Amino acid sequence: MSKSLVDVPPMGGFSFDLCRRNDMLAKKGVNPPSFRKTGTTIVGIVFQDGVILGADTRATEGPIVCDKNCEKIHYMAPNIYCCGAGTAADTEAVTDMVSSQLQLHRYHTGRESRVITALTLLKKHLFNYQGYVSAALVLGGVDCTGPHLHTIYPHGSTDTLPFATMGSGSLAAMAIFESKYREGLNRDEGIKLVCEAICSGVFNDLGSGSNVDVCVITKRGSN
Amino acid sequence: MSIFEYNGSALIAMVGKNCFAIASDRRLGVQLQTIATDFQRIYKFHDRLFMGLSGLATDAQTLYQRLVFRHKLYQLREERDMKPETFASLVSALLYEKRFGPYFCQPVIAGLSDENKPFICTMDSIGAKELAKDFVVAGTASESLYGACEAVFKPDMEPEELFETVSQALLSSVDRDCLSGWGGHIYVVTPTEIKERILKGRMD
Repeated sequence: MSKSLVDVPPMGGFSFDLCRRNDMLAKKGVNPPSFRKTGTTIVGIVFQDGVILGADTRATEGPIVCDKNCEKIHYMAPNIYCCGAGTAADTEAVTDMVSSQLQLHRYHTGRESRVITALTLLKKHLFNYQGYVSAALVLGGVDCTGPHLHTIYPHGSTDTLPFATMGSGSLAAMAIFESKYREGLNRDEGIKLVCEAICSGVFNDLGSGSNVDVCVITKRGSN
Repeated sequence: MSIFEYNGSALIAMVGKNCFAIASDRRLGVQLQTIATDFQRIYKFHDRLFMGLSGLATDAQTLYQRLVFRHKLYQLREERDMKPETFASLVSALLYEKRFGPYFCQPVIAGLSDENKPFICTMDSIGAKELAKDFVVAGTASESLYGACEAVFKPDMEPEELFETVSQALLSSVDRDCLSGWGGHIYVVTPTEIKERILKGRMD
């Protein structure tokens, strides 16, 4: 206790001082709590002018829905957004942290952020924690090199794809994409396809539900 | 047995018209034995910011003491009170810092932000914020609390009506939970006054 009083403000990063006590409790048969997961369907596609990201809005705590309208599409940069699935605290913390790092980088370089920068920062952090930071992300954005869409797994591996899905509803959404996706979709067709994929996740997966959030990113701006 | 069921707790915060209510039960137990019937779970940080802590009582008290420390430092540096949104971010950061060895607490934060708009939020034990526009619940009775609040909530309630609604939801939910109960403690906060009331419920 005295050591932490000296440490104000804290140095940043994780603090492990309660681990020993928690392990002792676990040995005595007292189980740790379940964390809030986002049991989700998140998707992204590349269309002719940019990238469209979509997500459902249900947050679960075990079998109970604790938030009927939570935001899973996180802001990273004016031209980059990221959807998160997995443990809610991890996705929020990791995307907030990388968003601040990108802002500092923009001040340093005086240029618009690139999607590949966000990707590298995220995968470095997740690999560092060997999958214990349980965040599965779909990262999408448009920069000077064009539109990009990536998926990032909790252990730090990444894929670059024209269409991607993650979360517990990912199989249902991927089925829609595999049958209906084609290159060079226009904005309305793209939005319709993303909504269909999320709805498929919402109806067929118990962990996804409530509303659908859609984010369209183009060279001109995001909304 | 889950660590959250060691002491037992029930917390609600609900939004009304330019006011909010935050309520808790009063039992402190060690598994099935009750050891106190006047345990305080809701703490006031300043006139427009309250926080309730459910879960393991020892972690709740430790976390409260750390937060009072940080808030007092903030008041000295900034010469003003902390806004509820800022406070919620502080609590979230403090909890996430202990991601791999967490505090076994779930906070419920309620306050009046700029222009007297009520703000409520809850978090899980590692700091995942959940902002709601209507009500938030926490504790061992949370499943019944969700149901009760969903049934009785109406938007834009006046303080007196809000008090009645929250009391009904709390007392009926803790009656269905062995680990919480022994009455209720409820604060109804408006921009001009704070009304604190003790509720008498089934004392079992």
